[in-house]
Amino acid sequence: MQIELVYILILAGFVGFEIIRKVTPTLHTPLMSATNAISGISLVGSLVAAGSDHQLGQILGFIAVTAATINVVGGFMITERMLKMFKKKEKK
Amino acid sequence: MSATEIVYLISSVLFILGLKGLSHPESARRGMHLAEAGMVLAIVGTLVSGKIVTWEWIITGIIIGSAIGAAMAIFMPMTAMPQRVALSHAFGALAAVLVGVNEYVEKSNLNELTNGLMGALGFEVLFGALTITGSLMAFGKLSEMITGSPITYKGQNAVNILLFIAAMGMFVYLIFFPYNTIIFYSMIALSLLIGIFIVMPIGGADMPVVISLLNSYAGLAAAATGFAINNKVLIIAGALDGASGFILSIIMSKAMNRSFANVLFGAVGSAQVDSSKLAESRPITRFGIEDTKFVLEQAERVVIVPGYGMAVAQAQHTVRELSDELEKQGIKVEYAIHPVAGRMPGHMNVLLAEANVSYDQLLEMETINPTMDTVDVCIVIGANDVVNPAARTDKSSPIYGMPIIDVDKAKTVIVMKRSMAAGFAGIENPLFYQPNTKMLFGDAKKVMQELVSEFKKV
Repeated sequence: MQIELVYILILAGFVGFEIIRKVTPTLHTPLMSATNAISGISLVGSLVAAGSDHQLGQILGFIAVTAATINVVGGFMITERMLKMFKKKEKK
Repeated sequence: MSATEIVYLISSVLFILGLKGLSHPESARRGMHLAEAGMVLAIVGTLVSGKIVTWEWIITGIIIGSAIGAAMAIFMPMTAMPQRVALSHAFGALAAVLVGVNEYVEKSNLNELTNGLMGALGFEVLFGALTITGSLMAFGKLSEMITGSPITYKGQNAVNILLFIAAMGMFVYLIFFPYNTIIFYSMIALSLLIGIFIVMPIGGADMPVVISLLNSYAGLAAAATGFAINNKVLIIAGALDGASGFILSIIMSKAMNRSFANVLFGAVGSAQVDSSKLAESRPITRFGIEDTKFVLEQAERVVIVPGYGMAVAQAQHTVRELSDELEKQGIKVEYAIHPVAGRMPGHMNVLLAEANVSYDQLLEMETINPTMDTVDVCIVIGANDVVNPAARTDKSSPIYGMPIIDVDKAKTVIVMKRSMAAGFAGIENPLFYQPNTKMLFGDAKKVMQELVSEFKKV
């Protein structure tokens, strides 16, 4: 394990902390589904496993690809659906 | 630095910018488009990286996953959002665990299991596995497949702590002796069990904390995957997700007045309640539809405080209709949202936004409380513990110290409730007996409908 990965983790953690602290509480539910979709990035790991030439990797990878894709596609779609609803109403 | 790495770097930046957009509803959608672009880039970058030798499993997985994901996103009602989020944590963790197991098997066949790699893999499958079953339990409870009330037994905490220590012991052992496959799989099995056990004693109203915590665990598992397969975008995305869940858990636990340590170890119990105290019968003031309408018409400023009961009754649209009627009469209407109202962070905001309530009318507890004494009428709909003044005054109350929306300071409080039954925490609410409190009994949606048609009559 390289130390540079630890640097990345810690610095990314701080960036995440600062950004997410500023997210308006009104959007906390969309925030959850958005971060969920983003962490569906584990799809890239699953793709490599599913696309390997080992049978076990293919099977485990296939299930992982399916699960991660559900999060990526579903997560972004539902976040969009929610964000579309947050409108400022014109005062009559 | 390979081309794939550059693509991953761009994706990471886009993810960060995407989340930054969520600081305001105006910029949120643009932000999400950036994050989506980042995701597409990362996926395409991986597919063309040359590491992929077979395609059939990938294509099938992506097609099935997209179909299920899209169907869930399109057809799930907004009231079911907490369940969906809980389920997605399980999916995310499942992917992490499977990638971890595959990596373990592959590297162990190649005799390349270093201690550092095992540390990352162990962390990944340990937290991943408990997130899978924990989230499924949360899903079951939220969708009411499993009882929403806490399932407890004697010595539960001791059992949970012992199981966790055992799992941690296996984890540490594996770092030094990574080739012991029996221990590796036993640790996964044990973690799956722990996930079930830690969520079992947690009741519905504590779900916002649990969901946030599981969100954080799912993110940490993803970050650990990044360590195991040496993938930086995974570490960054996982860290963002982990930080997000972590911050939300802190906000939620603060809003419930639970300690920080309590959150970290996931030991979210429920208060033991002395039911004999509830039997007390003091006088209350009942209100009918017409009384309510009369009081509302005299008001200049009305604040609506929604709780989980509004979600259960699906009353958000009728609530908005009522506020439309009030606004027609020149009355100022606002909504006061407690951070833990509902079953997940931001639950009430999403429901009200769905019902077309303008987001600038949704106020946070801290914003509304200092002005509460200038509010003429406060309508509490389906909320109980989050407006319980005992949290401010009664040191013996289990929720003492929890920040609440000070509805009792409004000139008149109208509490819409099914019956006098205590709230989720089973705690007596002195608000109901205050002279300025009027009780309006009935199903939230039905009562609201009657009220709206009463207004429309004129």
